Amino acid sequence: MPGPGSRPASEGPIPHLVLANVAKRFPQAASPAVDGVSLELARGEFFALLGPSGCGKTTLLRMLAGFEMPDAGSIRIDGQDMGAVPPYARPVNMMFQSYALFPHMSVADNVGFGLRQAKRPKDEIAARVAAMLDLVKLGALARRKPGQLSGGEKQRVALARALINEPKLLLLDEPLTALDRKLREETRFELVRIQRRVGITFLMVTHDQEEAMSMASRIAVMEKGRIAQIGAPAEVYERPANRFVAGFLGAINLFEARVVAATNDLLTLDSVEIGARLTVTHDRVLPLGTEVALALRPEKLSLARMPDSRWNNSLAGTVRGVAYRGEASDVEIELTCGKIVRATMANIGGARDTLDIGQPIFAGWSGEAGVVLEQ
Amino acid sequence: MTADRWRHALVIAMPYAWLLLFFAAPFAIVLKISLADQAIGIPPYTPLMAEGKIQATIANYQFLFSDSLYARAYLNALWYAAWATFGCLLIGYPLAYGIVRAPLPWRSTLLLFVILPFWTSYLIRVYAWIGLLKGNGLINNLLIGAGLIHEPLALINDAFAIYVGLIYTYLPYMVLPLYAALEKLDPALLEAASDLGCRPSTAFRRVTLPLSMPGVIAGCLLVFIPMCGEFVIPDLLGGPNQLMIGKVLWDEFFTNRDWPVASAVAVAMLVLLVLPMAAVRRQLTGESV
Ligand SMILES: Nc1ncnc2c1ncn2[C@@H]1O[C@H](COP(=O)(O)OP(=O)(O)OP(=O)(O)O)[C@@H](O)[C@H]1O
Ligand SMILES: [Mg+2]
Repeated sequence: MPGPGSRPASEGPIPHLVLANVAKRFPQAASPAVDGVSLELARGEFFALLGPSGCGKTTLLRMLAGFEMPDAGSIRIDGQDMGAVPPYARPVNMMFQSYALFPHMSVADNVGFGLRQAKRPKDEIAARVAAMLDLVKLGALARRKPGQLSGGEKQRVALARALINEPKLLLLDEPLTALDRKLREETRFELVRIQRRVGITFLMVTHDQEEAMSMASRIAVMEKGRIAQIGAPAEVYERPANRFVAGFLGAINLFEARVVAATNDLLTLDSVEIGARLTVTHDRVLPLGTEVALALRPEKLSLARMPDSRWNNSLAGTVRGVAYRGEASDVEIELTCGKIVRATMANIGGARDTLDIGQPIFAGWSGEAGVVLEQ
Repeated sequence: MTADRWRHALVIAMPYAWLLLFFAAPFAIVLKISLADQAIGIPPYTPLMAEGKIQATIANYQFLFSDSLYARAYLNALWYAAWATFGCLLIGYPLAYGIVRAPLPWRSTLLLFVILPFWTSYLIRVYAWIGLLKGNGLINNLLIGAGLIHEPLALINDAFAIYVGLIYTYLPYMVLPLYAALEKLDPALLEAASDLGCRPSTAFRRVTLPLSMPGVIAGCLLVFIPMCGEFVIPDLLGGPNQLMIGKVLWDEFFTNRDWPVASAVAVAMLVLLVLPMAAVRRQLTGESV
């Protein structure tokens, strides 16, 4: 499904990393783990592979590293086919989900492992290890063994050990999952900063959509071994290609509907589900009668006691629940038809505009706020 | 609370009680006999306390040093045990490695094969080797039958037979700790090494081998120490000319009925072999990991 997002941001003469129809099925598995993935990455890009557990992210990464062989398709790095290249000869390094630090070596020896393997001179290794440890702020722990490190420190050693080899491509398998929440959020910025600094192409795997969106310049959303959508975070979030992507990238309200009128950029939908007519902008004219879904992010819904004149669509309901989250509140509204929708309200007015459970309310949105999902 | 404390104390005390009962007490008895004189009677040695005085003598120990037979037997035992340990390691490491790498459903079966010989008495298995190795034994007959040799090879009553017997008998004790150490090894570490530029052979040398060192040390000690005191194998397979201290001890005890000298040999063996090994072990395990 090549949309506008599948082109790399910056065009080079030869694409940096190209996956063409890569597929892999494990013996005795009912369905393929990776099912025809095509992808192009530009040099220096921070790319995230996002998908639920078991969708084939790690398998795809392991094929790039060379630990698994694809059943079909090809992987090229800077035009060179990786088919017959063993892992130790690939210009690729991997940061393992479990970090896989060598327990019998000090931090410095772990980090310098790849350079020693490449037979670099001793003083060059020492200098580069010191510089790399500085970059990840581990200079003071160089002599420790991995067993004496915290989770966050191990994570940085693993990063340093992979980065020091200056690979063409760095693979990161859920690099932040093992960290606690606060450290995870701090480390996001840290990782992006380091990536900018070293300029190496990062391909990160994660199942956390917030992580993918906040760190990567482009995202591929995977479902059951296939890529559902590729694009910049905002693009994928605002204009999801299908229900799966829409639902995976955060909370969403879906209204099942049928097209009843279509002009150049405006569709009128009839939703039996909520018994209402809805208007929405759409860049394609759809045949009348097409079954679609209207997707609406909670933060796009406005709430008011009376319908607002700026709204193109409005639905009546009652407040069913409010979850205060600090910067915003999640509001659950029960529409008159019985369907529950979710809205997010920024807490601008402080404690003044609180909502009471059971109070009647109108939820409305403009024509641009919703997205029509054709599949 | 107090019941818990008691249970706790009991658990701690158990191994000590075991050691006291089955190691310290017998050792004290042997030590006592080694300080006595040979005597005609039952038991065949002089009592420690006689006429209200302690009758201890170190003459038996002096005797050990005066006759070079004992020193040669010690050194021989060390020599045989060291090479046989090395042989066990050479055979046992690939064996353990292969089992760890085998598909999961096979592993327990393969491991069972390793310990299967334990179902038959060790003595019978050593006897079986006589049948295999002797002049008109299975191996010689096969080789002659195949036309490879014309005269039977002198396989038995020789150092060769001792090595065969030692390695064969002690191999499982080497394989099991090696297997345990190799099985603990995280396969991701080997992938990481490969990812960082190691060919499989280098990854083995730099990751697998150092991380399996505790298993190597445990296996070597487990095999080396009892090999040093071995007497059945040199007696049955080594013939009369192969000296090992365990065999000398046996002869002193049962052939010469000289319990005090036999006890002195036993005590000296413990001091000269086991204590340094324990120190080495402490040193090595303290350093590794
Ligand atoms: N070595 C293997 N043998 C057989 N099946 C495997 C193997 N590795 C993975 N699979 C299967 O392939 C599918 C994809 O697994 P993969 O590890 O790539 O998922 P993932 O997207 O990384 O999931 P997670 O987010 O949980 O790590 C899963 O159904 C998994 O059970
Ligand atoms: Mg995974």
